[in-house]
Amino acid sequence: MKKKIGTVWLGGCSGCHMSLLDIDERILDVAALADIVKSPVVDSKEFPDVDVAIVEGAIITDQHLTEVRHIRAHSKILIALGNCAVTANVPAYRNRVTKEEALKCAYVDASSNDSAGQMPDSPELGKLLDRVRPLHEAVKVDYYIPGCPPSADLIFYVLSELLNGRTPNLDKEKLKYG
Amino acid sequence: MNASFTITIDNQSVEATPGESLLEVCRKANIPLPVMCDFKGLSPVGACRLCLVEIEGVPKLLPACTTLVAPNQAVHTQSDKLRKYRRMIIELIFSERNHICAICVANNNCELQKMAYELGMDHVRFPYLTPVCEVDASHEKYVMDHNRCILCTRCVRVCSEIEGAMTRDVMGRGFDARIITEFKQPWGDSTGCTSCGKCVQVCPTGALTPNDAAQGRLKKNPELVALLIEKREAKP
Ligand code: SF4
Ligand code: SF4
Ligand code: FES
Repeated sequence: MKKKIGTVWLGGCSGCHMSLLDIDERILDVAALADIVKSPVVDSKEFPDVDVAIVEGAIITDQHLTEVRHIRAHSKILIALGNCAVTANVPAYRNRVTKEEALKCAYVDASSNDSAGQMPDSPELGKLLDRVRPLHEAVKVDYYIPGCPPSADLIFYVLSELLNGRTPNLDKEKLKYG
Repeated sequence: MNASFTITIDNQSVEATPGESLLEVCRKANIPLPVMCDFKGLSPVGACRLCLVEIEGVPKLLPACTTLVAPNQAVHTQSDKLRKYRRMIIELIFSERNHICAICVANNNCELQKMAYELGMDHVRFPYLTPVCEVDASHEKYVMDHNRCILCTRCVRVCSEIEGAMTRDVMGRGFDARIITEFKQPWGDSTGCTSCGKCVQVCPTGALTPNDAAQGRLKKNPELVALLIEKREAKP
C-alpha cells in the first residue's frame, strides 16, 4: 500500500520546502512509494490522515498551534523540518520582548512605515502567541531534521529511510544547524 | 621528581604523574574526552562540565580537567550514563543563551556547534530561556555578543594569565552571569585592554569576534595562542 505524505509550513520562510523541492528527480523515487496528499502546492482544505507529516516552521500564532495539534492527531509520524521547527530559530528572537512590543516595532515604529503605521487585525490572520516555540514544546515530534534550510540530500535520506521502513539516523556527519 | 604510578582508564593501564589532571593523562594516552572550557596552557576551571568521567568508588561524576590523578584510580570515560549527561549538558548550554546558528558569524567555525554535532544533538529538550543579552560593539576591532557566550571563561583566563592585562571578569550569578570588561564598562572605553585579540582567538563560539567578520565567514586561530603559550612556557 502506498504511503501518504503531507507537508505544511507554519512560522517559517518556506526555505525548507524549497529544499524539499531541490530533491529534484528523486521526487520520482518518493512518488513510487508515497503520494503527497497535502502540501502548500497541493490544493486541499484540511490536513488529511497521513503516514508522514513534514512540518516546517515554528509555532508563532494561535492558528499554528491549532494546526500542529490537528496534524499530530492525523499523522503516524511527524517530522520537524528545519531549524524553525526544531529550535524556533530566527522567529524566536522576538521572545525577548512582549508580542505587543514586537507588533509595534514592526508595524508602527519601523522606519519603513508611514506615520500612520497600522497593526494588521484581519480575522484571517492568526493572533501572536506570547512566545514563539519549537514544535516539540507543543506536540510529540518523531524525527528532527535541523538545518537552515536542511539540505535536499538530508531530506531525501530521511524520507527514503522512513518510506522503506527503516529508521533514519542523524549522526554527526549528517547534522548541520546553519 | 615525583614517582609516577599507574591508573586504569577504560580498563587500560595508563601511566600518571602526581599533580597531573585526568584530562592531561587521557590526552597523553589518546583517550578522547569532550571539552569546552579547557584550553591547553590556561588554568583549568571545570566550568562546562562536558569532560565528566566516572571514577570507581566515587558516587559523583567528576570533571577530568580539574580532577587530579591518584594511585589506583579506575576511571571510565565511556558509558551510557556519561553519554546521557553529556547530551544534557550540551543541550542546557544551548538553552541558556540565544544560539541562532543560521545568522551567527561563527556558523561552521564554532567549537560549540561542532561539539553538539559530535554529541548527536538533533534538538534541545529543555525550554529556551531566551535571555536579553547585549552586544558590545564599542571596541575598534572586536565585538562581544553575549547571546553566544557560554561562560567558559577562556577569555578571562587568557587575558589575565597570558596577556597579563586582567581586563575581563565574570559578574553576576547563574542566569545573570555575564563576562564584563574592567568594572562593567563598554569594551571600547577600557584603558587596560591592549587590543591583543587573544580572547577573540580562544573564544570557542561567536561571542568574541573581529568586527569585520560576516555571517559564517569567521576564521579563528586558537592554535596560535596555544603555540604562544607553549613557547613562553607559561605555567599558570
Ligand atoms: S556561537 Fe556557535 S553554536 Fe552559538 S549560534 Fe554561533 S555558530 Fe551556533
Ligand atoms: S566570551 Fe567566549 S571565551 Fe569568553 S566566556 Fe564567553 S564563550 Fe567563553
Ligand atoms: S573541559 Fe572540563 S569542565 Fe569544561
